[in-house]
Amino acid sequence: MTERDSNKGVDDSDPQAAETDGGTHVTSDSVDAALDDIETTGVAGYNYAYLDEHTKREVRRAMLKAVAIPGHQVPYASRPMPLARGWGTGGIQASLSLLDPTDTFKVIDQGADESVNAANIRRLAADTADVETTTDTTAADVIQSRHRLPEEVLTDEQRLVLQVPITDALRKVDPSDTANRRRHAHQNYGKMWVHLYENVVEYGEINIASRYPTMVAGRYLMDPSPIPRWDVPKLDDADHLTILAAGREARIYAVPPHTSVEPLAFEDRAFTVERFPDQACHACGSTDTYLVEVSEETADEGGFETRYACNDSSFCAKRRENPALSKDHHLDQSGVDWGPGTPDAGDGGETE
Amino acid sequence: MTLLDASGIQTIYGQGCSECLNTTGDRAGTNQCPHCGSVVACADADLSVRSGEVVGIVGESGSGKSSLAETLTLERDPEATTDGEVSYAGYDGNLLDVDYQTRHSLRTDEIGFVHQHIRDGLDLDFTGGGNVAEKLLSAGSRSYENVRKRVRELFEATEIPPARMDDPTRTYSGGMQRRVQIARALATDPELVVLDEPTTGLDVSVQARVLDMFRRVQREEGVAAVVVSHDLGVVRLLADRTLVMRHGRVIESGLTDRIMEDPHHEYTQTLINSVL
Amino acid sequence: MTMLTVDGLTKTFDMHMLGDTQVVGLDGVSFDVREGEFLAIVGASGSGKSSLLKCLYRTYEPTDGRVIYHGGEKNVDLASCGDRTVMALRGDAIGYTSQFLDEIPRVPAVDVVARPLVEQGTPTDVARERARALLDALHVPENLWAAYPATFSGGERQRVNLAQALAPKPDLLLLDEPTSALDPETRRAAIDVLESYLGAETTVIGVFHNTDVVQTVADRVVVLDDGRLQAVTPIDEYDGRRRRAASETDRSVPEPNGGIE
Repeated sequence: MTERDSNKGVDDSDPQAAETDGGTHVTSDSVDAALDDIETTGVAGYNYAYLDEHTKREVRRAMLKAVAIPGHQVPYASRPMPLARGWGTGGIQASLSLLDPTDTFKVIDQGADESVNAANIRRLAADTADVETTTDTTAADVIQSRHRLPEEVLTDEQRLVLQVPITDALRKVDPSDTANRRRHAHQNYGKMWVHLYENVVEYGEINIASRYPTMVAGRYLMDPSPIPRWDVPKLDDADHLTILAAGREARIYAVPPHTSVEPLAFEDRAFTVERFPDQACHACGSTDTYLVEVSEETADEGGFETRYACNDSSFCAKRRENPALSKDHHLDQSGVDWGPGTPDAGDGGETE
Repeated sequence: MTLLDASGIQTIYGQGCSECLNTTGDRAGTNQCPHCGSVVACADADLSVRSGEVVGIVGESGSGKSSLAETLTLERDPEATTDGEVSYAGYDGNLLDVDYQTRHSLRTDEIGFVHQHIRDGLDLDFTGGGNVAEKLLSAGSRSYENVRKRVRELFEATEIPPARMDDPTRTYSGGMQRRVQIARALATDPELVVLDEPTTGLDVSVQARVLDMFRRVQREEGVAAVVVSHDLGVVRLLADRTLVMRHGRVIESGLTDRIMEDPHHEYTQTLINSVL
Repeated sequence: MTMLTVDGLTKTFDMHMLGDTQVVGLDGVSFDVREGEFLAIVGASGSGKSSLLKCLYRTYEPTDGRVIYHGGEKNVDLASCGDRTVMALRGDAIGYTSQFLDEIPRVPAVDVVARPLVEQGTPTDVARERARALLDALHVPENLWAAYPATFSGGERQRVNLAQALAPKPDLLLLDEPTSALDPETRRAAIDVLESYLGAETTVIGVFHNTDVVQTVADRVVVLDDGRLQAVTPIDEYDGRRRRAASETDRSVPEPNGGIE
């Protein structure tokens, strides 16, 4: 992460030059003249990557603390961002603090690169941080995501930023943050276990679909954000760094590489991922990816049919080209264990 | 074998001053210090419990009996200053000073507590079975079937219909809620259970059932107990030994039948003679 | 061998609500009890008979004197030893029935009787068997065995009481008027049970009103008068008449808790 020279273009010799705090120098005769003089498009007058250096430093410090104490929620002063709270302001602050001009940035929203929100975030980063953007998971240095992990295996060179709405897994069993903080401090998670017990009482199995409670490094209970159960095992002993950031709640937490992430379960009521026994993606034919239902109009007037499609749209596009493409096709080693459906997963193949 | 030995227990609400102890207690006729207004909830109190033994603590309001019993929860009340020594078999040092983890393991595995006020003891939003399961799960049980089985056993032992196991605790009657607390206190086979006013607020026939049930379970399991009550009948039924408290001090103690039939202290005689 | 040495046993009650009046229950009572003997305590109402038993059992705390119990590994002064020592001796070593049945409510008669056996470690079903046998021997009707003693007649309750004290076969048994509410026939059955159920080694100290019973079962008699020991006589020298002290009238002294002795 390099500091960009923010005083480019200031000409000290002109006494009438208006000073700006970085960015393009303009004369101040008239507004029209000022507007005419603007040479750059985009966000003149902003620091590199939008946030000022002090903010970025604070966010990075919070991230370092979070990495030092895996699963522990670290507070930080969340800044106002040019997107509404609840739309990824935490994630974007984390990403902007990480990016430098050599990085390539990918943004997905529920698995899709092309959602309006993902596109806007991508554009903000491109404009203010001068980064290349991509939809190819294997080409990204930083990936910001809402509610999914990509299908393709992430490497130790990549950083994943997850957007988090509610940071505390214990919120489900007690709305009091004060009480929950003490529980985390004392590793007193009895109430969450009762919640799981009552879940099994009601459904016969653990029925939690997203925000599945996990134990990180055997110490802190973590809410992995609203990713589906399918993605939770990918966090365990991963090669990459995962940062989870919440703007509204002003907390950052992290799962460092090679950290254990264990979903809570009973010995006799195991954690299971979603099952798609009879479905395949209608576009690429995959049976080993996380699928979503898609309702589409049929040829008949007013008719709908339900089909299934890969949620990870960029991977789906690759599979359409090459249906046999493995999730670790971009890596040298074979047998990478990366959640359900990865080649060699479950047969104890070589992992990094 | 002595399980628990508490000595010199003192709990004061308020800032306290040098006159507090001299100006409160039995002879002073009050538990509030006239100089600084602090309340000496209990002072100079000793309590020891052997395995399998039941010790009763009787007294009227303001006697300090609940304060003394609450010391045994090892919870520090932030509004009070608590001093004294509490030792427990198998644990080193003064339990009032140990770290959270030790206190938590004591409360989970060794000492069960039945609170006077339901809200202190149970989470009313959880199911009755869930409240009991919490003890087991906190102790590390990870088999759903085993937890379920044990909860059912405890419901049967405490005479709560197992069919109600999965109903929210807030839908239970007062007597049932009290019994859930007892079931929960017994869940991990503790050595000692502390009951704070176990029958207060219950209908008479329900009181009888709760007492009989506890008596039976206590004898069957051989669990030691401390029973705090203003009701002498409860203590007579359950306790081997009894402490009588007044104005924050223990004024008399001895075998329960001795206290009831040969009370020495004037106040104890008054108390015994006041029973309807 | 001597089972119990009572030495200068004194019990005074401070009645605070009567302006700190002192009532003397026992005054310097001394006697020995031999192992295996049946000692009867006799005396007028108010003479201190029940107080004596209660002092031995530690329901009353003696004011002065000693009560040395020789039945255990070491001698113990029951008058001054700690509560835990008394608790350890009660039930197993020393049994007691009070004059007024101190029944636990809502426990069936058979379980009242079986309880001391269960506490000793006897399996419940075996304990219940023995309890039933005892109740049967005492002529308690079978249909009452599963019922709560609170609803029984005085005589029925007294027999449940007696059965409960006998069941664990203690080394020393203290009986306070165990047959007072029984008719002659039932009383005879009770005495039979007393004699047959207990071994030769069981020492019994009993308060009896009925001189016939005393004549039938006792080996020696302790006569109390006004809280003091009047005499200790072997049974064949005891003529059944209560010796009167200076005052010729029976005096009834109220017990501190309202029971008349």
